[in-house]
Amino acid sequence: MEKAILSGNEAIARGAFEAGVKVASAYPGTPSTEILENIIQYKGIDASWAPNEKVALEVGIGACFGGARSLVTMKHVGVNVAADPLFTLTYTGVRGGLVLVTADDPEMHSSQNEQDNRNYAKFAKIPMFEPSDSQEALTYTRLAFEVSEKFDTPVFLRTTTRISHSKSIVELGEPVSETPEIGLVKDPPKFVMLPGNARRRHPIIEQRLLDMEEWASDQPFNRMEEGSKDVGVITAGVSYQYAKEVLPDASILKLGMVYPLPKRLIREFAARFKTLYVIEELDPFLEEQLLAMGIQVKGKELFPICGELTPGRVKKGLTGKEAEVAFQHDEALPNRPPNMCPGCPHRGVFLALNRLKAFVSGDIGCYTLGFMPPLSAMDTCVCMGASIGNATGLCKALSPEDRKKVVAVIGDSTFLHTGVNGLIDMVYNQSQGTVIILDNRITGMTGRQENPSSGYTLMGEPAPEVNLEQLCLSIGVRHVKVVDPYDLELTRATIREEMERPEPSIIITRRPCMLMKRDVVKRKPPLVVDIHKCTACKACLKLGCPAIIWDDSAGEKGKAHVDPLICVGCGVCEQVCKFGAFGVSDDK
Amino acid sequence: MTNKVTNILLVGVGGQGTLLASEVLSEVLMMAGYDVKKAEVHGMAQRGGSVVSHVRFGEKVYSEIIPEGEADILFGFELLESYRYLPLLRKEGRAIVNDLKILPPAVALGQESYPKDIPEKIMRAFPKSNVVQGLALALKSGNARTVNTVLLGALSNSLDIKEDMWKEAIRKLVPERFVNENLQAFELGRTA
Ligand code: SF4
Ligand code: SF4
Repeated sequence: MEKAILSGNEAIARGAFEAGVKVASAYPGTPSTEILENIIQYKGIDASWAPNEKVALEVGIGACFGGARSLVTMKHVGVNVAADPLFTLTYTGVRGGLVLVTADDPEMHSSQNEQDNRNYAKFAKIPMFEPSDSQEALTYTRLAFEVSEKFDTPVFLRTTTRISHSKSIVELGEPVSETPEIGLVKDPPKFVMLPGNARRRHPIIEQRLLDMEEWASDQPFNRMEEGSKDVGVITAGVSYQYAKEVLPDASILKLGMVYPLPKRLIREFAARFKTLYVIEELDPFLEEQLLAMGIQVKGKELFPICGELTPGRVKKGLTGKEAEVAFQHDEALPNRPPNMCPGCPHRGVFLALNRLKAFVSGDIGCYTLGFMPPLSAMDTCVCMGASIGNATGLCKALSPEDRKKVVAVIGDSTFLHTGVNGLIDMVYNQSQGTVIILDNRITGMTGRQENPSSGYTLMGEPAPEVNLEQLCLSIGVRHVKVVDPYDLELTRATIREEMERPEPSIIITRRPCMLMKRDVVKRKPPLVVDIHKCTACKACLKLGCPAIIWDDSAGEKGKAHVDPLICVGCGVCEQVCKFGAFGVSDDK
Repeated sequence: MTNKVTNILLVGVGGQGTLLASEVLSEVLMMAGYDVKKAEVHGMAQRGGSVVSHVRFGEKVYSEIIPEGEADILFGFELLESYRYLPLLRKEGRAIVNDLKILPPAVALGQESYPKDIPEKIMRAFPKSNVVQGLALALKSGNARTVNTVLLGALSNSLDIKEDMWKEAIRKLVPERFVNENLQAFELGRTA
């Protein structure tokens, strides 16, 4: 059998291919993004980026109503956006299988909260599988489609960052030969969720969960591993690996499906042990259900609710002792936070906002890094697309004088995700606020994915571009300006002017991301600092360009220095230096 | 094949090619017949942040992350990052470290200082360690961007895997036009 080292995300893509998926849709979000990026290598799957997760799910639903197996992927917070159609999809059920991957991010490696989406399974009454390595990611993906059709339900596949981005060895399988027939089937009592129909569907959903619960007790994905007679562990997902690492001798009930629970099997297992641990990450999701069944377990009293589990944290929970460490630092080390790239088009905009002392309502994207010193120009950041609505709300509450300071910033992709709805409200309800659309032609933060304004699809085909100016005008914005953010003077003057305006106005700052995959941005020669002109005023350092380094050893107070290996020659630093110290080197 | 799991922690700065190196390493280990797991976090780290990748191998590997204080080898692409993760190394462990400084923002701005004498501190705490002149060797291979392969060469001396297998993995994962210089870089690394 062919073997490969795959990440969980790659394995899910492979599993979807093997399961005969025809349609896949998603909005990129770490740690889920690579599933669709990998699925495009398999022929016969129509994969696309949707403007947001709700749309992605709606596309998947349509396809499954037409009989196609469809895969929809998102990060945990994306499910919040998609929740509306999701809760009704439970009622309609499916025709072709539909699997929704929720990639959760315990420890918040790149997220704004740490929600445990297992709760969605219970809340939306949808079964949920949870793989504990790449092999299971593949196997469970295939299985999830079978289960979806067998029980006429959407199915969740939950991963966490460690599963999504860890690689382990996987055996590749053959694609299934039989998938549902594609075509139109009229069945309004099932697919038209008017109250009368929905009322008839609700008991069906409840019965379905009971049926699944019973069925799951005999399925191999919920497995008992025999070990010690005294200590039993109930666990699932990545926590299973930590349990095996730390308690190699324990008896383990490993749940492949975390909702609904195989109650008969659990009772059988639990009855055999004096001490029963539940090892799970984030919420006491299993623990509470077990306690509700009247089973005494030890769980969150020992293991943290906040943050990822690690073998060390599991060990500490069990023994109360920290891991032994051979070396300890005796000094504080400088942190190394991420930074906007050299030549990032957003940098100049944040410098201007900082200088203008704007109150910046921010959004999710690379530009969220504008919050960090030295730019320090972001005051709020809640969720994808919230910046414009937040600005509207601020303006409703503030005095006319303070209102002028409010500026919303949002990326092109985020604007199309859900920001545009906020803008419609701002205009319609005649609030005010300056909105800057940071148009870098791409979805930067998640790894430069295409979006409806970037001119390409996920598959790399040319696509019509949304014209952001015309879109804003059609919403009813009367003032739309486009500026080049590399022109610092113009950018600042435009923002200052628009902040004065007592009505909504849009500034589009347009420059491609330095890391574009298609239409690659050409680098210019690096700049050099003329140390005779540098007065050591440090004004250039306020830009926070990673290429500008303070050279302590030059002159009395040190001098600015440009790292020629990473400078892209954008010329922004040249504009902030009052003494003309930055220039292009003559010797090539 | 021993039953014990061996733990290698790769650390560096986003953009340095740490992740490609861990790909090659995992591939080689799979070819050698081990169970392998590799964990990393991307997302924010791509923008010049600190990057960590865990590689574990043995007959059967469970946790994909290395338990605290149990790394056998710390494989560092940059000095400060190597130093930062030193507490994860076990007592008898060793560090294989590239002699290169990349200044974090606060240091570049002159607000904080870069720790001094990192190579000496590493050698003192873990005497079996090895500080490699990665860039100088990479330049000999004709391309400064082969540093990570040079370092892999240095690492390969510590693992019981045939040279040919390493080369096969490099051929498989490195883009074709860079294969030759990378193979040369790998050999240079083995002498380091
Ligand atoms: S990836 Fe693009 S948008 Fe993000 S920081 Fe770099 S240049 Fe800026
Ligand atoms: S030109 Fe100046 S601002 Fe632009 S990348 Fe180079 S050093 Fe940074």
